Amino acid sequence: MLALLHDYAWAPFAEFGFLRRALIGCLALSLAAPPLGVFLVLRRMSLTADVLAHGILPGIAAGFLVAGLSVTAMSIGGLVAGLAVGIGAGALSRATGGREDAALAALYLVALALGVTLISTRAGSVELSHLLFGSVLGVDDPALLMMAGVASLTLLVLAFAWRPLVLECFDPGFAAAAGARGGAWHMLFLALVVLNVLAAFQALGTLMAVGLMMLPAVAARHWGRSVGGMTYAAVGIALVSAWAGLLFSYHLDLPSGPAIVLVAGASWVLSVLAGPVDGLLPRLLRRSHLTG
Amino acid sequence: MNVFGMNPGGMNPVLDHGIELADLTLTHGRRPAVHHISGRFAPGSLTAIVGPNGAGKSTLLRAIAGLHTAQEGRVRCRRQDIALLPQAAALDRAFPISCREVVELGHWGRAGAFRGLRPQERAAARRALAAVGLEGFEARPVGSLSAGQFQRVLFARLLVQDAPVILLDEPFNAVDARTAADLLALVRRWHGEGRTILAVLHDLEMVREQFPETLLLAREPIAWGPTAEVLTAANRLKARMMAEGWDQEAEACIRSAA
Repeated sequence: MLALLHDYAWAPFAEFGFLRRALIGCLALSLAAPPLGVFLVLRRMSLTADVLAHGILPGIAAGFLVAGLSVTAMSIGGLVAGLAVGIGAGALSRATGGREDAALAALYLVALALGVTLISTRAGSVELSHLLFGSVLGVDDPALLMMAGVASLTLLVLAFAWRPLVLECFDPGFAAAAGARGGAWHMLFLALVVLNVLAAFQALGTLMAVGLMMLPAVAARHWGRSVGGMTYAAVGIALVSAWAGLLFSYHLDLPSGPAIVLVAGASWVLSVLAGPVDGLLPRLLRRSHLTG
Repeated sequence: MNVFGMNPGGMNPVLDHGIELADLTLTHGRRPAVHHISGRFAPGSLTAIVGPNGAGKSTLLRAIAGLHTAQEGRVRCRRQDIALLPQAAALDRAFPISCREVVELGHWGRAGAFRGLRPQERAAARRALAAVGLEGFEARPVGSLSAGQFQRVLFARLLVQDAPVILLDEPFNAVDARTAADLLALVRRWHGEGRTILAVLHDLEMVREQFPETLLLAREPIAWGPTAEVLTAANRLKARMMAEGWDQEAEACIRSAA
């Protein structure tokens, strides 16, 4: 039994260096991205990460056109494009009096189409699929360094920005009156989201990069009643999803991005069904009410 | 205030905390919400702001707190001395945060974004919760509170803020009589301590009984002074005459040029 477990769950990583690198990178991201996801969910901005993930695609494509599958070039391009979409959508909605979600939806559709078009001019379907859906083979040393660096930076910034972010989510009016500069923290936060999506796309692909950020965060709502508790739950779910997803990807020969996201999705379904907070199962198993 | 411009803490607000409005006009777009108001809330005064819906009461409070930029004229006050109680509806009550954490946010002005809270500051938050009658509610998530209990939590946060100027936006909406009475007692206590208090209110009975000064606002200031002189039938009729809709033919206001 133990030997079987070892063969399936550990041997692939022991055997192949590229799988180990992918695992380490994904575990690093699993520590950093879910807390951002929790704040996005709490701010009712669950779709924003998705939009940013699509928004980086034209930049990545531009980097790809200039330098091929180079992590540095694609990351710089993606960073510029992601920040432009994130900040642009906010500015656009304020300037036109429209709603931010509408501006974001428009931007992300344009960005996705533009990115796919740019890549198609030069690349075959293998590279396109690699960029859109990720490949564990894509996690080379620069990519791994980027993932680990982004994760460290994110955790460091979150440690400092925790209180302002909580305050800005809960009571933006009080934050503004107390001079907490909520807007600046919000920008910093969005920049972190862009960085994490960017770091994730090598392993997960641009279309799936937010999976490790949002799904654990959405699932965590059913496991915790405080911001801290939800964050721990989200990180735990993400770590398990990354590990199990990579194994499925290896054994069943699936693209790594969808495999990891599917595992995260399965844990979300499980959370909705069995989670102690607002789960369906506890609601069905009605226990008699308390006396007071 | 000491020479470093920092609030020394403790229940000893200094007395010179007036708010002066100089020909203040606040707009939403180009439409005036508060139109050419001038005057002064004296230090230590307890003023009710009354008027019909859409009269610009909340906008005026937000402008004093620095959350709404003046179109014309200005507000003279010390921003860092002001604590604002927003309308409860503006907060996200589903947010997973405990009562203790909400009240401790009141230390923001002193602790800022990063510093850990000192034991005496945590104790102050506990005392504030007890003072509003919510002893033992420290760990309760705010989502599980009733509207009245949540309002008590926000008052506890004001207690912790310990600011010399307190702005209350509809503080007694949707709370029962007992809660309103308890919270009103707190307001009286703050008044006794010499703090400047402005409260947007709808209950004219309460204003007559409890608030020495009143500002009757209907976009334009209708009357401002001792409550008995402000809340006359003639003034209230004038306030009710305020057109709630926009005048489609409105032209640029020329008073600003004068």
